[in-house]
Amino acid sequence: METLEQIKVRLEQALPQTRLDILPNECPAGERSLIVESSRAVDVAKFLRDDSQLRFDYCSNVTGIDWPEAKIKTKVKKKVVVEGVEKEVEETIETLRSGHLEVVYHLYSMELKHGPVVLRLRTGNRAEQTHLPSLTPLWRGAEFQEREIFDLYGVIFDGHPDLRRILMWDEFEGHPMRRDYVAPDDFEYEPTPHDEVLDAAKKHYPVAAQPEVKPEVKA
Amino acid sequence: MNAFAAQPPKNFEVKPKLDRSGTPIGDLLEISMGPHHPSTHGVFRMDVVLDGETVVKLKPVFGYLHRNHEKIGENISYLSSMPYTDRLDYFCSMTNNWAYALTIEKLAGLAVPERAEYIRVIMAELTRLQSHTCLVGFFVQDMGALGTPMMYAFREREKILDLFEEVSGARMMCNYMRFGGVRVDVSDDWIARTKQLVADYCKFLDEFETFIAENEIVLARTQGVGVLSRELAISASITGPMLRAAGVNYDLRKVDKYGFYSRFNFKVPLGDHGDVYDRYMVRVLEMRESIKILDEALRDIPAGPVMDPKAKLRGFRPKPGEVYGRVEAPKGELGFYVISDGSPNPYRYRIRPPSFVNLTILEDMCLGHKVSDAIVILGSVDIVLGEVDR
Repeated sequence: METLEQIKVRLEQALPQTRLDILPNECPAGERSLIVESSRAVDVAKFLRDDSQLRFDYCSNVTGIDWPEAKIKTKVKKKVVVEGVEKEVEETIETLRSGHLEVVYHLYSMELKHGPVVLRLRTGNRAEQTHLPSLTPLWRGAEFQEREIFDLYGVIFDGHPDLRRILMWDEFEGHPMRRDYVAPDDFEYEPTPHDEVLDAAKKHYPVAAQPEVKPEVKA
Repeated sequence: MNAFAAQPPKNFEVKPKLDRSGTPIGDLLEISMGPHHPSTHGVFRMDVVLDGETVVKLKPVFGYLHRNHEKIGENISYLSSMPYTDRLDYFCSMTNNWAYALTIEKLAGLAVPERAEYIRVIMAELTRLQSHTCLVGFFVQDMGALGTPMMYAFREREKILDLFEEVSGARMMCNYMRFGGVRVDVSDDWIARTKQLVADYCKFLDEFETFIAENEIVLARTQGVGVLSRELAISASITGPMLRAAGVNYDLRKVDKYGFYSRFNFKVPLGDHGDVYDRYMVRVLEMRESIKILDEALRDIPAGPVMDPKAKLRGFRPKPGEVYGRVEAPKGELGFYVISDGSPNPYRYRIRPPSFVNLTILEDMCLGHKVSDAIVILGSVDIVLGEVDR
């Protein structure tokens, strides 16, 4: 299989004005991934699927990842001259990472038996810009997995044929796989008909008319 | 608002069947079907729209067993997730263990001793044997042969589970593998008895096949039912015996050659038509190939340690990075995707369950078939809800 750099060059030739970045992976055995801007994701995916040398016809795994806003500390070694002597000092730099949601596709080829190529799409932020193009029209296998990401992370896939919750129930609120999700005290609380009856009944008994409970006084 | 009042499921609209002039013919019946398959007691149903007895729409509904396994995995250490993987596909805890161990070994760069790799192959193939045997039992039960065939299958499965229990201490929740090897060694006596079991298993398979493979009812109920085309199977990321029954030669044991699978001599059975019968037959043939692998592995297993001495169980902190590892589980490709940020817990712990993805095309296979066929087709997908819902 071609290296990721070669694929990137060919992609840039075939689809000009597409911004592609290679995300390094510090784990030597793991794969590096290709960050694709979401507006061009469908074209890039189509190229990867249909190109005769690549033929990534099998979309194995689709994953969501939540990256909340965070301060990232990186340690940098600096040489500082202190009183005429050169010393190496470690400095910590804090950078602010903007929050976003990420969707990762692992693509393999069943025909040519190679892979994987890892695609990453990123949303604008975690609140309202959570739209990404769906790749289900290209790979049917992404259908349930994208639904799962919609369910658990709240990424909205434009162009998905049947986007609704899959593991949680329809009335569920929130996205439990987000890192800042707080579970409610009682998942199973639901209003009963009795609550309505009680509310209606309270109108007939004004607060003042309710009998006061007097403490018993012992003689 | 009456919260107990029946409400139609969301996004579920019924379109009446029209004739050519556009006038509706008859009425459609919408039912909630299931639980029917033995592994889905109460946790899987299908919203089916029927025209007479013909399925015109079918949506699988699941999530009743959902416990957010992935979130649990993010909040506990790497090793603590190992017993949780047993509960994914609770028929195949050994292959689940292997998939997770393989992924973390890739992440941390651990080597596995030769004897441990052989033990893993033996355990995985025994798992495949018992999983496929059970599937055949369930599958015949779905067709109406209540009880007896399933008990035949369970009788044989129990023999394999006894072997697992002896080694790992548990029949089904084995929790046997570790990063860099396996937890305990197997004895020579165990290997001798496993050899005996494998030799006897051929007889059982022959017997089981004479009852089922050419049974007239089985043929009538399965041939030409639930056909899955090659193109759709690839596009829908179907893996495992279902994919191979559709005629696609893709077995991770051959493609990735993980473990020591390149050392064994075995074939990948393929189907021609992609119907339910092919899916049954591919599994039967796969069991026979597993027996070949087991014969070789039990014969050639070398002596030696079963754990990488460099492997650390306590205080395990892999370097930052991400990795995707996958194995050929009995139901298809089981993958783990782990992101490490250098802390004792994984930042992201994702499971790619085979039977969850294999359910994608359940509707496509059932459309136009009778409602009783839908049950058989579901049986041939081979789902385990522990894995689907996670």
